[in-house]
Amino acid sequence: MADNSDNKVKPPSRQYPDPAVKLKQDPPTTGHSWDGIEEYDNPMPRWWVWIFIITIVWSVGYWIAYPAWPGIQQATSGVLGYSSRANVATEIAEFEARNEQFFVQLVDTDLGEIRDNDELQRFAVNAGASVFRAQCSQCHGTGGAGVQAAGFPNLLNDEWLWGGTLEDIHETIRYGIRNEDFAEARWSEMPAFGRDGLLTEEEIDETVHFVLSLSGSDHDADLALAGAEHFEINCASCHGDGGEGDYFIGAPALNTQVWLYGGSYDAIYESIYYSRFGVMPGFANRLRDAEIRAVAAYVHQLGGGQ
Amino acid sequence: MGILDHHKKIETHATLLLVLSFLVVTIGGIVQIVPLFYLDNTIEKVEGMRPYSPLEIKGREIYLREGCYTCHSQMIRPMRDEVERYGHYSLAAESMYDHPFQWGSKRTGPDLARLGGRYSDDWHVQHMISPRSVVPESIMPSYGFMMNRRLTTADAENVRDIMRVYRVLGHPYTDEMIETAVSDFFAQADEFADPVADRYPGAQQRNFDGQPELTEMDAIIAYMQMLGTLVDFDTFVPDASR
Repeated sequence: MADNSDNKVKPPSRQYPDPAVKLKQDPPTTGHSWDGIEEYDNPMPRWWVWIFIITIVWSVGYWIAYPAWPGIQQATSGVLGYSSRANVATEIAEFEARNEQFFVQLVDTDLGEIRDNDELQRFAVNAGASVFRAQCSQCHGTGGAGVQAAGFPNLLNDEWLWGGTLEDIHETIRYGIRNEDFAEARWSEMPAFGRDGLLTEEEIDETVHFVLSLSGSDHDADLALAGAEHFEINCASCHGDGGEGDYFIGAPALNTQVWLYGGSYDAIYESIYYSRFGVMPGFANRLRDAEIRAVAAYVHQLGGGQ
Repeated sequence: MGILDHHKKIETHATLLLVLSFLVVTIGGIVQIVPLFYLDNTIEKVEGMRPYSPLEIKGREIYLREGCYTCHSQMIRPMRDEVERYGHYSLAAESMYDHPFQWGSKRTGPDLARLGGRYSDDWHVQHMISPRSVVPESIMPSYGFMMNRRLTTADAENVRDIMRVYRVLGHPYTDEMIETAVSDFFAQADEFADPVADRYPGAQQRNFDGQPELTEMDAIIAYMQMLGTLVDFDTFVPDASR
């Protein structure tokens, strides 16, 4: 019943090479023959061959122009005298020369008068910003917001530890805080009241409540009342009777909601028990004077400058 | 066609093809590589380079183990933006005791070639434990576990073995250095111990992580604090024409 004719294998509609297409001339073969299979020897595309030749010619020019061939002692240096080291030195020198007048002006101008000169202030803030990003942002944050968990101060508000005038900021950047590199470094050290047994844990607990009360934070009024006495004896000489702080010895104000190490009960307890010892390097030997003045101007205008 | 007929001989003899290919590649390699070992342009003697101290070697081994090089390079290129950000461009000689060198090829994090002395030890400890607590935009993983991994005499002896291998590779470790390797390993994290700097000039010696025990954190910070600090660019001026 089935008609087998449909099952016959049909020849493909086209054959390769198409016998209908007559080549002008059969391409030559390579002469290789494997089991009767031969290999055409078509020429490379002309455009490809030309590009190949051009790259070879180009390389000759390159050898002449740029450092290339090794010799006995030196490589050929090339007629253009290219040197990446010389280039970077030239480029840096060029920018330094362009900035030099401002750097000189920065050093010559009284710190307080920098902002009176618009052009100089603009330069100082921009130069200071780039110095800040390279040297200061790791601790104080790229935007200057600080890191409370690690006790790196926020520079955007008007709470200062060692003073917020341009002169104060400049001095702090120059010599740093509690470092051993500079005799002029700002220095003070709070006693570790708990660890060194100056106060009992109960007394510290009371003192923490009093400190919390200074800034109007949640606290236990009875404990705070008892803590007031400990505060007056142990803390007020540096932090002030009302916790207003003292720039002269870097004692933080305690009557605001701005906290260096956090304003929680636990953070304050730890501060009193173990004390804190924040260190900042001095930059007098890392940056030139003009750069220090520039970054001081930058920090001063971030928001809290006095 | 004569020469091509000879070529056919090469093409049809696999062994001959292999031998001659090897010969050609060898010539290419020799021309490119050998001059680097004798040319004045490529060999620059710099002052201050010394082989790594035992604790620094351990720190470097940890650096390799944790794959720090996948995100950090140690190669400041001679370009203005890099020099202004990271410091003096790197010299080849500054990697002379690195096997393998840590130039890296990708900067997800910043270049570390001149990291030494840039931050305090405390900063490093804090940053390794919780990178985002000091650099909010960082995507670096935490390496706080290094604080808990104590280093023992076995680690010190392992470093001593590494030093022996380095000596075979040409690092100028003296017999004395190998002998004192184990004690130096522990001494470098103790500022009251014998100064390691007697044998390794400029070596920094102190308790790096603030813990009484010697841990991997001590080693990695000791390594990071010496990166790029050996050559004093106040006294050494590289030849700009190289």
